[in-house]
Amino acid sequence: MTTSSQTPRATDAPVEPAARAVADQDHEPEGPRGPRLDRNRGTTLAGVAIRTPYWVFTAGLAVLFIYPLAWTTWASVSPLPGTNQTDGYGFGNYVTLANYQAGIWQYLYNSAFVSITTVVLTLLISFLGGYAFARFSFPGKNALFLVTLAILMVPYATLLIPLYVLLNEVGLQNSLLGVALVLTMFQLPFSTFMMRISFESVPKELDEAAKVDGCSTWAALWRVLLPAVKPGLITVGLFAFLTAWNDFMAPLILINDSQKLTLPLAVSNLRVQVQGVVDYGATEAGVVVLALPCILLFLLLQRHYVAGFMSGAFKG
Amino acid sequence: MSLIATQRRVRPPRRRARVGRREAVQGWLYASPTAIFVLLLFVFPLLLVLQMSGSDWPLLGGNRGPNVPDNFVQAVDNRFFVDSIVFTLKYTAVATVLLIGLGLGLALLVQESSRWQNLLRVSFLVPSALGLASASLLFYVLYSPIAGPASGLLAGTGFTFLGTPNAALFSTVFLIVWRFAGFYMLLMLVGLQGIPGDLYEAARIDGAGRWQTFRSITIPLLKPTLALTTIMCVTGSLLAFEQFYILTKGGPDNSTITIVQLIYSVAFQGQNDLGVAAALSVMALLALVVINMAQLRAFRTDER
Repeated sequence: MTTSSQTPRATDAPVEPAARAVADQDHEPEGPRGPRLDRNRGTTLAGVAIRTPYWVFTAGLAVLFIYPLAWTTWASVSPLPGTNQTDGYGFGNYVTLANYQAGIWQYLYNSAFVSITTVVLTLLISFLGGYAFARFSFPGKNALFLVTLAILMVPYATLLIPLYVLLNEVGLQNSLLGVALVLTMFQLPFSTFMMRISFESVPKELDEAAKVDGCSTWAALWRVLLPAVKPGLITVGLFAFLTAWNDFMAPLILINDSQKLTLPLAVSNLRVQVQGVVDYGATEAGVVVLALPCILLFLLLQRHYVAGFMSGAFKG
Repeated sequence: MSLIATQRRVRPPRRRARVGRREAVQGWLYASPTAIFVLLLFVFPLLLVLQMSGSDWPLLGGNRGPNVPDNFVQAVDNRFFVDSIVFTLKYTAVATVLLIGLGLGLALLVQESSRWQNLLRVSFLVPSALGLASASLLFYVLYSPIAGPASGLLAGTGFTFLGTPNAALFSTVFLIVWRFAGFYMLLMLVGLQGIPGDLYEAARIDGAGRWQTFRSITIPLLKPTLALTTIMCVTGSLLAFEQFYILTKGGPDNSTITIVQLIYSVAFQGQNDLGVAAALSVMALLALVVINMAQLRAFRTDER
């Protein structure tokens, strides 16, 4: 611990926070959320004095990150000329949003359909694929894995243009299912990698024991390995949901029926509702509706979000 | 299963061969959904875009036969071709420097596990949960001279966030930093955690200052993370679309058109030429591959 090396410095002038943090850092091999002993630095008067600039500075930063979200939420219910909420506080903007074209329920349904289909497909494919890559040896295994990762290297637009032609060809033009299929494909590099290392971190003895007991590989997968790789699946599902719910470009290119727009697209179109006059209030309400499920999921599943980074899946 | 187990004792070599083949078949069965998706939705479209780039292919008319190299000539002759490349590179440089620098700075600020720092981490990360489109819409309102929180202040000065090319660029970069700084902070934190603590201890015993420790321990040992984040950030910025499509719409005066925006507008807005758009896409893909290889090489030689 660094307590002893810190004490003499307590009388120094306050140092720049960033540099301080470097010097202060403690080197236990623990996760970012690991338990930690209190250093008692904050309890002495000098300790408080030296930390104050740091607190002020970091609190300011936190406010900077939270402010836009807080402001939008507040502004969406506050009065603004040119919107459906001109005097007093209320949910007028949400009413505008609800009645926009096909209605918000339709768009919410479309977005939910695309997101849930993408999540289910991604989970299923990467669950099976991760198992194959981690536990079996078959010809072409490495090639398939590398080609899957190569999806990351190809620009979104480069693939969406031929996919637009291709989906038209097979009757999936203007189809939410088509969008979900495309989004699933874009999720595969991360999810396959993530599931492969999830399976690899499960001891082989576990499924071998199941096989000795008479399980087929299929039964071992579902009965024994599924519970073991659950954290990985939650991470994969969370990332798939966040991507699919928020994706803008795939539906922009693949969907042109106003009944079938997803929510981000609908809110983006809503801005220019009346002859070039932007309805800012309804846009704010739309942003709140779009952001709310993501922020809630993020706060609930934070640990799994961070796990996605810790896994090194982003190094793939 | 028990039957196979008894067979093993009788004929081990054949059994092994059969198990190998069975394992391969099973492996392929489990990998087949992945293979089908990758083949149909990635490899095949990739080949198709190559064909399209060499064909006369209007949006509504479909394939009208090869016309190499017309599409490429038209793509390069597009009046926004050079401008969009210059702007995209400029944006990439600004965004990458800021995001990597701030990501590392934030990570250094919050790498301990006190309750306060956990709170800070969460607040830096919350914007990352938003989609880029939602974030762009949010800032579209925030920057608005009518509805934004600064609209009253701005009215007197005549300044608008998106009014001039430079203001529009930096306003967009601010949005991107807000949305992604927490994301890069998290990647940096993972990298920082990989640096062994005794190195810092040793440096402290040797009497190294904070700046010296940072320069000769943190930065060199963080190199793999810095390489990864830089490549991710450069790739993401070169392919920027939503933020400009929603926030600036390419304006003012077409000054903020990125390459992907150009591809989109050639394909679906006005020109409706999928062939030329495919040619642009192929060029973007090749450029990206070259740029990423160059970065990998640069980071690798740096390590030696």
